[in-house]
Amino acid sequence: MCATCGCDTGATITMHEHGHQHDHSDHHLHEHSHKKVVDVEQDILHENNLLAERNRGYFDAKNILALNLVSSPGSGKTSLLEKTLTDLKGDLNFAVIEGDQQTTNDADRIHATGTKVVQINTGKGCHLDAHMVLHAVQGMKPVQDSVLFIENVGNLVCPAMFDLGEKERVVIISVTEGDDKPLKYPDMFHSSTLCIINKTDLLPYVPFDIEKVKANAKKINPALEIIELSCTSGEGLTTWYNWLKLKAVAAMPA
Amino acid sequence: MHELSVVMSIVDIALEQAAKKDAVIIDEIELDIGCLSTIEMNAFEFAWKQGVKRTILERAVKKVNRIKGKGHCSDCDHTFELENLYDACPFCGGYLIGITAGKELRVKSLVVS
Repeated sequence: MCATCGCDTGATITMHEHGHQHDHSDHHLHEHSHKKVVDVEQDILHENNLLAERNRGYFDAKNILALNLVSSPGSGKTSLLEKTLTDLKGDLNFAVIEGDQQTTNDADRIHATGTKVVQINTGKGCHLDAHMVLHAVQGMKPVQDSVLFIENVGNLVCPAMFDLGEKERVVIISVTEGDDKPLKYPDMFHSSTLCIINKTDLLPYVPFDIEKVKANAKKINPALEIIELSCTSGEGLTTWYNWLKLKAVAAMPA
Repeated sequence: MHELSVVMSIVDIALEQAAKKDAVIIDEIELDIGCLSTIEMNAFEFAWKQGVKRTILERAVKKVNRIKGKGHCSDCDHTFELENLYDACPFCGGYLIGITAGKELRVKSLVVS
């Protein structure tokens, strides 16, 4: 971890040595006085979770509604952002963090809408983590009372594990994908609060059972909200905008 | 391949703990990895070999406790084994299930010298 962000968690680790009177059936140590058993009992994602809480505290203090957008590649995350940023320009203040393995293509697209944007290139990495978001936020300094979209790396598996400090996790699926996707990638649907079903204008052309996908998603997460929309036809966008405004108002007390 | 990130976190935790004990080698490491924790064990083993290279964990004996998933049904109050996140409650067929075990990802203990 870097030296500038204070990631060292030395103070929070609980650890104690076992005395020799304890029974360690798995460890035959008693004859080796130089060996020590260290009870660690530490969550492997502890470091990430601490940083995520730190991000969350920062967002809360500045009335920033942070949303983590997750999906497989090609579901239309960036197109949905472009549309949203353009349509709601006069209503809300926005900032965007773009996560991709390579290129600044997505950031360039967001920048063209006039929105503040930072690109994170994860290189070989398959997900964003709280540490990357911390540094992105330090660099971009999002304004008070704003909405921060964090567009994660297109991947329905790995990003599920990493809390970024977001208020809501939004999973996006498009109708050109399989309607069993929630069952195949349950962790993402389990950890999300809103599911957007995108590209509904293509429904007449694809064998995608929208009721089935909704039922599958609800099996995993009965509390999951679902919004169907199309960035191309505009259908359903108002529902998404209303959801966003409602959450933004909740995050920004008068 | 989030397994590599997980392995690197384990290495960080283990090295930090070992340093506190002035240990020069980690002989054993015990991990809890829940069956619902999104870790693919083959990918994990692959990542492990790469992640511990040239660290004091390289020769450590690794013990992994796989913890089975458990769910609690909010509708009928039963507790049961949960294999998949999308499984229904075997008692009432409901889906309002809280996960009570199986999400563990923990460094449990080390043996250092």
